[in-house]
Amino acid sequence: MASTHSATYNDGVVRAFAICAVVYGVVGMAVGVLIASQLAWPELNFGIPWLTYGRLRPLHTNAVIFAFGGCTLFATSYHVVQRTCQTRLFAGPLATFTLIGWNLVILAAVVTLPLGYTSGKEYAELEWPIDILITLVWVAYAIVFFGTIGTRKIRHIYVANWFFGAFIIAVALLHIVNSAAIPVFSEGLLSPKSYSAYSGVQDAMIQWWYGHNAVGFFLTAAFLGMMYYYIPKQAGMPVYSYRLSIVHFWALIFTYMWAGPHHLHYTALPDWTQSVGMVFSLILLAPSWGGMINGIMTLSGAWYKLRDDAILKFLIVALSFYGMSTFEGPMMSIKTVNSLSHYTDWTVGHVHSGALGWVGLISMGSLYYLIPRMFGRTTMYSVPAISLHFWAATIGIVLYIAAMWIAGVMQGLMWRAVNPDGTLVYTFVESVKATYPFYVIRVAGGLLYLGGMILMLWNTVMTALAGRAVNAPIPQPAHA
Amino acid sequence: MEILYVLIPVSVLLVLAILALLGWAIHGGQFEDIEAEGHRILQVGEDNSQDNVERHQD
Repeated sequence: MASTHSATYNDGVVRAFAICAVVYGVVGMAVGVLIASQLAWPELNFGIPWLTYGRLRPLHTNAVIFAFGGCTLFATSYHVVQRTCQTRLFAGPLATFTLIGWNLVILAAVVTLPLGYTSGKEYAELEWPIDILITLVWVAYAIVFFGTIGTRKIRHIYVANWFFGAFIIAVALLHIVNSAAIPVFSEGLLSPKSYSAYSGVQDAMIQWWYGHNAVGFFLTAAFLGMMYYYIPKQAGMPVYSYRLSIVHFWALIFTYMWAGPHHLHYTALPDWTQSVGMVFSLILLAPSWGGMINGIMTLSGAWYKLRDDAILKFLIVALSFYGMSTFEGPMMSIKTVNSLSHYTDWTVGHVHSGALGWVGLISMGSLYYLIPRMFGRTTMYSVPAISLHFWAATIGIVLYIAAMWIAGVMQGLMWRAVNPDGTLVYTFVESVKATYPFYVIRVAGGLLYLGGMILMLWNTVMTALAGRAVNAPIPQPAHA
Repeated sequence: MEILYVLIPVSVLLVLAILALLGWAIHGGQFEDIEAEGHRILQVGEDNSQDNVERHQD
């Protein structure tokens, strides 16, 4: 083993994370379809507390963001950093620890969230013992990733690694600050409970400083790292402007941190803080669109490739959704727009155009590139199935977000409608009733998206069975 | 809003750290001959990257 170690990449951990990502994708999206159905047909709670919407919703978000998204990020960042640095992962056993530790975190989430253990912080619901495990895994991840960068054989650090690196550091900072809590032991060690170190509007500010930066660094920067490696590789073309990709990176990380207050418009948060959040959100449009254009223009002069290659379709349409949602987001952060959109299903639609469209499609495209290569093949078991997955996912997203746009604007208008005498035109329950058909359309869109993911799981299993696990050799650097 | 006494200094420190890193990257020669770096990942492949496609003949 020792002799082969020096000559091949550490692909075992990449392979395992890639498979975990596909499995967790199916699970997380299935829970999503269930809770979407519960909103249309509440009988699907079955009267069982563990299966109620309030407990399964955080399970859905944690499963798709941290299990599906997280495993995809581990797999791709470990893959990309080794290839672009032309060296084996630093501290291999620690990389294996991140694989085991991250899966333990996910297992703990699957058990504790339905049981009702929650810190009550959106996208950070897991209780303090799990938070400590997350911290340990993340420190190990940072050592492995930055250790690999430190021992690189190529002097230049490829742009994708900058995005992955920023994501790792920012998430560490966000997690530690937002999860600061005082544990209480009144229920015993097996019933974890804690109270936030902050209170009132201070806590809200910290929570959304965390929440929006989690979107910015976990769900945007890191996936942009994937975009800057897998689109050029799949297209066989260098990124359109490497210079612009560098500008994109620095502009994004310099301006991202203060967008959070737009989640707290018209609350007890001071007015000027809300306005600062809005201004920074609007500024973000520039680097976001710069990056989107750079990614799409990588196909400049080779647009015909988009006609045949379903993986490129995934990657390029993902960027289109990135462009759409990074336009929609700044618009929704404008206070007058927000007064209509806030608390409605428009927000849910916006999140899912980013989540299903950008994060989901870029992950699937990258995994379709990665998985066959982890099994000594150049293609998935079934190439037509990739195409079918693409169309199912895309139609599913369109149904989902169009339904939520209409529902959201309708809710906003119904809630603000007043009679000449100042009374409300509609009761709240009337707006719920009017939303029903759109909830049903959303379930249909979600089912299509889930169906595509199940197809991907089948394709992945068949690829693994038809291939064999091989670790790619490290090319010898050409000495100049 | 005492929390801003924490968040704003943290952000300022972060921006300074990012600036230092940017300075290192520029002066350490990371961005010399920058467009060539985009081509490098295509040269050192584990494989030919064009083959996930059912080619049409034209």
